Amino acid sequence: MINPFAPIGRGLIGILAEIGRFSAFAGQAVASCFAPPIFFGQFLRQCMAIGYFSLPVIGLTAVFIGAALALNIYVGGARFNAESFVPNIVVLGITRELGPVLAGLMLAGRVSAGIAAEIGTMRVTEQLDAMTTLSTDPFKYLIAPRVLAATLTLPLLVMVADIIGVMGGYLVAVNSLDFNGAAYLRNTFNFLESQDVILGLVKAAVFGFIIAAMGAYQGYNSSGGALGVGRATTNAVVGSIVLILAVNYLITAFFVE
Amino acid sequence: MTAKLQLSGIKKQLRGRQVLDGVDIDVAAGRSLVIIGGSGQGKSVTLKCALGLMKPDAGQVLVDGADVTRMPPEIRARVMRKFGMLFQGGALFDSLPVWENIAFRLIYADKISRSDARERAIEAMRKVRLATEFADVRPIELSGGMQKRAGLARAIIAKPDILFFDEPTTGLDPITADAINDLIVEMVKDLGCAAVSITHDMPSARKIADEIAMLHGGRIVWRGPTTTLDTSGNAMVEQFVAGRADGPIQAVV
Repeated sequence: MINPFAPIGRGLIGILAEIGRFSAFAGQAVASCFAPPIFFGQFLRQCMAIGYFSLPVIGLTAVFIGAALALNIYVGGARFNAESFVPNIVVLGITRELGPVLAGLMLAGRVSAGIAAEIGTMRVTEQLDAMTTLSTDPFKYLIAPRVLAATLTLPLLVMVADIIGVMGGYLVAVNSLDFNGAAYLRNTFNFLESQDVILGLVKAAVFGFIIAAMGAYQGYNSSGGALGVGRATTNAVVGSIVLILAVNYLITAFFVE
Repeated sequence: MTAKLQLSGIKKQLRGRQVLDGVDIDVAAGRSLVIIGGSGQGKSVTLKCALGLMKPDAGQVLVDGADVTRMPPEIRARVMRKFGMLFQGGALFDSLPVWENIAFRLIYADKISRSDARERAIEAMRKVRLATEFADVRPIELSGGMQKRAGLARAIIAKPDILFFDEPTTGLDPITADAINDLIVEMVKDLGCAAVSITHDMPSARKIADEIAMLHGGRIVWRGPTTTLDTSGNAMVEQFVAGRADGPIQAVV
């Protein structure tokens, strides 16, 4: 007789095994960040690739989200005669939630997929094996610089996203909703607390780590030619997004409590 | 003669299949051993076990008499510096120019200055007769033969004690393949190193080998000097050398 719970159990064991493998990989990646040799040039190159070149996509995302958020809060607030809360809720929403989460999701698409595709291609074309035979540890040369760069640059990107997002809300509020510009900015800064910004930056650092580690993990373990690299890229994006959203809730709950 | 590299009783199972079932090979300094065998018989796995890219389930990999499979990682890494490897597809790093590919070990493992490493890379390019005007281009811009030459230059730049070649002539036209074979013979002689190659290409095997070993069913089924290949008396070797579908080896189709 077929046990209906068997496939569920197998699936659950598979998920737990995957979490275990990813955790071990992430641990090795962290250890590689601090054990010599440190490839500083690679780290700087990754800071440029992951951080600097993500600025346009992060900026565009933030400005439109800030603008849409202001409009929605205005409409919602109008139901309670609370339109004046637009600047307060925009800055709160952007710094605590939307800034880090949307930056994380955008970078999951741009960076995690890129890392998975690059390292995956290196795996299937034996470049990782070649690196090992050349007495260079791929964890230290390839993975540690990417993980470190993503962890450190995503908070900077989120700071930029916060500013641009608030400006998006400001532009809509002033130009379309007849808010006074000076009053809008005064309300924004008076309402904002340092812990709102800190929460966003902590989230950003964790998301940066997840994005790079997941991309590297999927790429490093890819096999089966172009199909395998494609699968690794998809898994990197999906895995990063799911993990970002789950961890976002946990961090928020931790800070709120 | 003492073996520079010795594989003893190597066993390896992959996805439930016994790929290697007690492989024994050894090669002395200045000698070239070629392993032949059909597809899926474990030639690449043998090479990966020898190189430390794969951990055997059982057996020993001895380099100058020391078992590298039991060494702590940092000591094993030091022993691995005696190795040079030419990969089947070249395995050149796409993101780096040709000279930096060749000098990769010198720059990132041996910490030699970039200018000195570049000089040595150019010298290695001359040795393998790869035009130095290609030093600053990306590997993707090189032809298959040039990529093999660049891979060979990368393998020999640190003057290894043991050189490995994985299908060195696969995908090359016969003239380029012969040129690569000549280079391999010349490099092995120049460096006085031990060489282990795997190939299907019999003209290549005859040219670069002092000795040939045939791998089948996870074991070495025949080994002898290259000159005795045609008189081996082994039905599997005879079938493989003749390239016949009928015989003790079943064709995989």
